Amino acid sequence: MDMTTPLVEMRDISIAFGGIKAVDGASVDLHAGEVVGLLGHNGAGKSTLIKILSGAYKADAGEIRVSGEPVAISSPRDAKKHGIETIYQTLALADNVDAAANIFLGRELLTPWLTLDDATMESETRKVMGRLNPHFRRFKEPVKALSGGQRQSVAIARAIYFNARVLIMDEPTAALGPAETKQVAELILELKKQGIGIFLISHDLHDVFDLADRVSVMKNGRVVGTARVADVTQDEVLGMIISGKCPAGATPGPGALRG
Amino acid sequence: MTETAPASATPAQESPAQARSLADRMREIEVDPRMIGMVAALAVIWLGFNWLSGGAFLTPRNLWNLLVQTASIAVMACGMVLVIVTRNIDLSVGSMLGFVGMVVGLVQVRLLPEIWGFEHPLTWIVSLTVAIGLGGMLGMFQGALIAYLAIPSFIVTLGGLLVWRGAAWWVTQGQTIAPMDSRFRPLGGGIEGAIGTGASWAIGLVICGLILAGIVLARRRRRRFGFALRPLWAEGLVAGVACGAVLVTVAIANAYPLPAGIARRLTEAKGLVWPPGGLFIGHGLAVPVLLALAVGVAITFLTTRLRFGRYVFAIGGNPEAAQLSGVNTRKVLTLVYGLMGALVGISACISTARLNAATNSAGQLDELYVIAAAVIGGTSLAGGVGTIAGAMLGALVMQSLQSGMVLIGVDTPLQNIVVGLVLVVAVWLDGIYRKRLG
Ligand SMILES: Nc1ncnc2c1ncn2[C@@H]1O[C@H](COP(=O)(O)OP(=O)(O)OP(=O)(O)O)[C@@H](O)[C@H]1O
Ligand SMILES: [Mg+2]
Repeated sequence: MDMTTPLVEMRDISIAFGGIKAVDGASVDLHAGEVVGLLGHNGAGKSTLIKILSGAYKADAGEIRVSGEPVAISSPRDAKKHGIETIYQTLALADNVDAAANIFLGRELLTPWLTLDDATMESETRKVMGRLNPHFRRFKEPVKALSGGQRQSVAIARAIYFNARVLIMDEPTAALGPAETKQVAELILELKKQGIGIFLISHDLHDVFDLADRVSVMKNGRVVGTARVADVTQDEVLGMIISGKCPAGATPGPGALRG
Repeated sequence: MTETAPASATPAQESPAQARSLADRMREIEVDPRMIGMVAALAVIWLGFNWLSGGAFLTPRNLWNLLVQTASIAVMACGMVLVIVTRNIDLSVGSMLGFVGMVVGLVQVRLLPEIWGFEHPLTWIVSLTVAIGLGGMLGMFQGALIAYLAIPSFIVTLGGLLVWRGAAWWVTQGQTIAPMDSRFRPLGGGIEGAIGTGASWAIGLVICGLILAGIVLARRRRRRFGFALRPLWAEGLVAGVACGAVLVTVAIANAYPLPAGIARRLTEAKGLVWPPGGLFIGHGLAVPVLLALAVGVAITFLTTRLRFGRYVFAIGGNPEAAQLSGVNTRKVLTLVYGLMGALVGISACISTARLNAATNSAGQLDELYVIAAAVIGGTSLAGGVGTIAGAMLGALVMQSLQSGMVLIGVDTPLQNIVVGLVLVVAVWLDGIYRKRLG
């Protein structure tokens, strides 16, 4: 196991909505240049856990450390300050404005007169979208007019444009075609090479095994276990997701089936 | 670089020839087809009333008055666009106008004269500042209730509608305050609010110059980045129509003569002799109209060129996304209501000055006209969509209907029926348009 200080550590995180414990004492960590797959059935609490890291929710209990230092993340702005960028499962795009406006939302480029520098933003958008989706042409249209995959590309572009240290990808390829999915896979490997840590949430075990170094499996808001992909088989991970049974190659978490 | 090719030439956007409608083509040259529709509707209304009134509608006098009467609603409609774009509403503007107007009357007729006497040269500007400041504060207060306490805007401003109207009465126990300061009155129009023909031409030419400079600068920027440019003929057409509209407006305002007595006094005041046949001296543009235009330009700039405007629209498109992107949505919402209130303050000055009196019933039903102007002007109640220019045109449409009906002698109940029906039909047509082309 990697013994250096993790880039991000989430320790004993809990949050409840009404009576439902969406996340219950979950701990995950992520090192620089590492891809950690977050797996689990629908409603397991994956999105909720990473939304706590991205500042969308505030945890009821638990601690977040960035590079070993405890940090308080109480808004998306705080997370971004620590270099944590997120591609949300719902994409979180403003439908009525164009790709450039979405990519730079909250971090607009300004001219010396403090007006919006739309021309530079559009030109930067063309560059970053060129990496993700070279066929993309509809720069002037509100993102409402885009296809699901194109919208997803815009959301990815927004996350990678600002030199993230930590990238959270919540089902980033759910709406993408095979070519674009492959492009995102290549992008993930490239970003990893640059030393960026990536949380990857996906239901595609095959993809996760291809891209991730480790996987953490959640069930009913709790972590079943964490394992290096080299130490477990896909069937064993499937068992963790479905029945919560922690195999020998994995480090069991509080959610592991006892006995 | 393939990106520089015009959008229509790229395979991703190619559509069958018959689908490339006029609207598509207009969008390509960045002219909003909805604006054209509104101008057409306005033309129909104007020509219709002109015909029904035997030529009394399209006279310099009537058009001049029409513009002056539109100013107050148009100013508030600019703010209402932002409010509605954020998926909210403001029902309190009419009552707030009444309250702020009463306070302005009190300040300039009772308080300031105690300090520096009547007709002090600073009275008008202090009054205007008080109005804008008070309106802004009341607006921010309502906005904060909506944004931070999460009370629905409909309820907060419905409460405001009652509270401010009551407060307007309390200021003087219902007494009307009059007359206003003579330097304040030009804000409302009238003869003292007409700036004269020479100044009007000068302003008209400056505006034309700014329009042309804006078009050239925008084009140069786009060229520098290698983006698709509008065809030259389209640029020329837009520039020509815009400048033409400005100059025709000036010409009409200048063609409305001052009453002979006043023209004579003005002539003699300049030390000239009043010729026996009389002299034609035009009104020129009116101060409230210029004020409304200035507000329109400023708010358009705010919405399209500044970060704040970008946030307003993003919040309207997807409040959650704006928040996740790090936008302080509550602060923005509070400021939107603050701006709305400040504009109510300006309108309060315009209507108080025009009436030459502050009455506690001023602004009654204005909220409905303001909302109607914004909605007729293409602001979507679902949020995220709207333009300032559209709302100002919408205000002109509403006022044209109203003035036209007065001119041809339609009685008030029927006026209300017609305005109500037009509002509903206009929004219905807009919905159809959106579905087809949106
Ligand atoms: N804002 C919320 N309010 C109330 N309950 C919520 C909220 N967000 C999530 N939950 C609940 O928390 C639990 C975990 O949801 P979460 O979205 O984290 O699941 P997930 O693992 O991402 O599932 P999926 O694979 O379907 O995306 C669910 O039971 C969900 O109903
Ligand atoms: Mg999820």
